[in-house]
Amino acid sequence: MCLGIPGQIVAITDPARLMALAEVSGVRREVNVACVMGTSLDSLVGKWVLIHVGFAMALIDEDEAARTLAALRDLGEVQEALDAMAEGQRALEERT
Amino acid sequence: MKFASEFRDPLAARAVLAEIARLVERIGATRENPLHIMEICGGHTHAIFRYGLDKLVHEGVEFIHGPGCPVCVLPMTRVDECIEIAERPNVIFTTFGDAMRVPGSRGSLLQAKARGADIRMVYSPLDALELARRNPDREVVFFGLGFETTTPSTALALQQAARERLENFSVFCNHITVPEPIRALLQDPDMRLDGFVGPGHVSMVIGLEPYAFIAQEFGKPIVVAGFEPLDLLQSVLMVLRQIAEGRAEVENQYARVVPREGNPASLAAIADVYERRPSFEWRGLGEIESSGLRIRPAYAAYDAEAKFGVGYGAASRRIAEPEGCACGAVMTGRIKPTACPNYGTQCTPETPLGALMVSSEGACAAYWQYGGARALAS
Ligand code: SF4
Repeated sequence: MCLGIPGQIVAITDPARLMALAEVSGVRREVNVACVMGTSLDSLVGKWVLIHVGFAMALIDEDEAARTLAALRDLGEVQEALDAMAEGQRALEERT
Repeated sequence: MKFASEFRDPLAARAVLAEIARLVERIGATRENPLHIMEICGGHTHAIFRYGLDKLVHEGVEFIHGPGCPVCVLPMTRVDECIEIAERPNVIFTTFGDAMRVPGSRGSLLQAKARGADIRMVYSPLDALELARRNPDREVVFFGLGFETTTPSTALALQQAARERLENFSVFCNHITVPEPIRALLQDPDMRLDGFVGPGHVSMVIGLEPYAFIAQEFGKPIVVAGFEPLDLLQSVLMVLRQIAEGRAEVENQYARVVPREGNPASLAAIADVYERRPSFEWRGLGEIESSGLRIRPAYAAYDAEAKFGVGYGAASRRIAEPEGCACGAVMTGRIKPTACPNYGTQCTPETPLGALMVSSEGACAAYWQYGGARALAS
């Protein structure tokens, strides 16, 4: 929860809500990009970002993304984040 | 000296360690009278144990594990209040998974879920928002928890709910801030701290200015650090250099990610949604002035405390920590986890008694996981 995880923006999904699709260690998930918006939303596509609980919080370069992923993998944080994403998806689908 | 393969650049690590040793000796610190360097962030605590950095650095440096794990400092009373809200009929209570096992006086959220409360683990406040959209007839409450890294995300989700006029979404706000507990520790006459390794991802949001008081008022160095083992060693070296040269400044080892001024969009969302509470209770540390955030009256419709009447100060506040629990002493670095009578007996990661055993960022759990003595050097 406290450490961000790197992801690559692959598409803008909802410009009004500032949502984009990011690929995080092979898994795709929608993230909010309000905190990393530069001049245009579209220019984010292809960029690497540091994602905290579904929000892109900083733009990083590809090398930094690779280094951070390696460090997080050592700490078991990558799997933790992917598990949490899957858990969040299940929470949405749970019948009430 | 041999290093585990996870050091990307063992040669560089060796050089930094040698320089650390040289400076420690110049400063005159020893195993008996070591320098106390506090790493504030729980992620750093985890990394220090994972790579055995405490064993690799000169014995004249002792790491003091700071209060930077939001799960670990969550007081019993707040866990109880979560459960109180979650047990209301019609409520879907959403939380980060990390918080599920933190013990309250009536057990944890996990136990409340087993008793029948509708408690769901989410990855993001956006998941909670989506649950509210999909379940208009239910009240969806998001447990806002964490330091400045997660604080903006809760704020942005709440602003989005307000824009959509979602009436069935609210936030139980427990966001806390990093600088205030550091001030409290520095004011504690029993604490001796010589310097700080500052949190990387928190600083990415708030920038460097909020740490200025550490250097200016208290004359202690602080270096904001990244999460790779070499980042941490370099940051310790930068702290030692300041000590050796008689300087006290805020330095940034992690400039490749942390801008001096922080993240403006995040800071704007934080300022719009929250105001400071006069004080907030920290497990093991007690009440700390101005250390917690609450939702501004303008957004009262989205404030679970207002909505459910479960306010801070509404319940009889103080609930004692479990018998014999030494969490407070561990958290302030006064004792090592193994000195706690419950460590490994009543208190293990499977059945945590104290919150420091709950998350891998807590000092006790990190100690447990890595045996307290993972020797990477030989
Ligand atoms: S071992 Fe358990 S009870 Fe003792 S200090 Fe650690 S978390 Fe607290």
